[in-house]
Amino acid sequence: MATGTRKGASAARRTKGAGLLIATRKGLWTLASDAARRTWKLAGPQFLGNVVHHAVQDPRDRKTLLVAARTGHLGPTVFRSTDRGRTWKEATTPPAFKPGGARSVDHTFWLTPGLASQPGVWYAGTSPQGLFRSTDGGATWAGVDGFNEHPKRKDWCGGDQDGTPDGPKLHSILVDPRDAKHLYIGMSGGGIFESTDAGGNWHPLNQGVRADFFPDPYPEYGHDPHCMRMHPLLPDRLYHQNHCGIYRLDRPATRWTDIGAAMPKSVGAIGLPMVLHPRDPDTLWVFPMDGTSVWPRVSPGGKPAAYRSVNGGRTWQRQAAGFPAAQAWWTVKRQALTADDAATVGVYFGTTSGEVWGSRDEGRTWKCLARHLPEIYAVEST
Amino acid sequence: MNVRIPGLLLSYTNGAKNVELRVAPAAPTLADALEALNERYPGMRFRVVDEQGAVRRHIKIFVDGVLARDLATPVRPEGELMIVGALTGG
Repeated sequence: MATGTRKGASAARRTKGAGLLIATRKGLWTLASDAARRTWKLAGPQFLGNVVHHAVQDPRDRKTLLVAARTGHLGPTVFRSTDRGRTWKEATTPPAFKPGGARSVDHTFWLTPGLASQPGVWYAGTSPQGLFRSTDGGATWAGVDGFNEHPKRKDWCGGDQDGTPDGPKLHSILVDPRDAKHLYIGMSGGGIFESTDAGGNWHPLNQGVRADFFPDPYPEYGHDPHCMRMHPLLPDRLYHQNHCGIYRLDRPATRWTDIGAAMPKSVGAIGLPMVLHPRDPDTLWVFPMDGTSVWPRVSPGGKPAAYRSVNGGRTWQRQAAGFPAAQAWWTVKRQALTADDAATVGVYFGTTSGEVWGSRDEGRTWKCLARHLPEIYAVEST
Repeated sequence: MNVRIPGLLLSYTNGAKNVELRVAPAAPTLADALEALNERYPGMRFRVVDEQGAVRRHIKIFVDGVLARDLATPVRPEGELMIVGALTGG
């Protein structure tokens, strides 16, 4: 087991101010601010050379951190810290499919902590699409058989060629805060699925969502949701940024509403990430990218901008004050847009070109908080 | 047997580049050797071999100097295992 203290960085939480975990293609960094969120201090790297797909702080104790990592050579694993990132231990049984099958985990992509009523419970989504659960704080992981062994899983997920450029993924694992047995997942590809029995069985939840890469553009499954969010105070309110637009769903309805149609036509409704206001279920941010022609996956026209809606997606406002006005060809990956819970919410993201940007006024103005980092995969608020 | 540890796995062995390993079965295989290695350094096996028993894409394991991709490859109790990380980048 790889253990020990790693020098050069601490993910220690400040008693005041905001904190960010920055997972990159080459390691983990942290940013911590002063109380006013005006000045930021970068620390790291930890796990230098590791591909860190996701790093998440446990909101139940605010001192446990989980990191999903692999390297170019070595297989995937999960590292755990119970002291805010001072020391780390490797999971003794990382997420892995059952022996005797054809699939092996390429990397663990997504980490979701369980509810406050479920101490020690975490979920992990992998590439290729697999769902795993830990009940001991991430030390050992077991497959959620109701999904991984489901007789229709292969139909839902397709093959490796049906996934994203760096492998098909299971992501956006959402746990209903009112009912721990009520779960949602997103898959690229595969679509959105729901379970009401703690993962024992699953059904697709993709009505109204386009999948224009199929002969039937409204199939039952096979879609490509990029990032799905559930509002913590209104858990029946779901949003998701899809390969084919932006959508909202208010349960118990099962048909998604296309809210991307209200985006400016010159920008489009394609992007990877989205984040919700922590207290206002009608406010959310997306970060569009160019999904025209051959899918350049850069800011449209080289002019980056966040778009915010304050009315559940009926209208959108461009928020680009502080960003380069032109010739900025980065974009934001699906786990790399987050928000804090301050009275005036801070919004933060990391770019494919290794910059971290932040706004302490809900997106009205932006400031570059760090640059020259490796490609950023995920940014999470602590 | 002697196991030569690559730099990318030294975090498991506390920096030891060579590890003396005792492999118990009468007719040991590479699988037995990796299992013994994993008992001493928990987690190491999964970093180099996946859950279906395949040596990972950018890992090479040499048994007495001969490349082995099959975990059923026989090993000698007094032989040498060399684990190498190779041919990846970017």
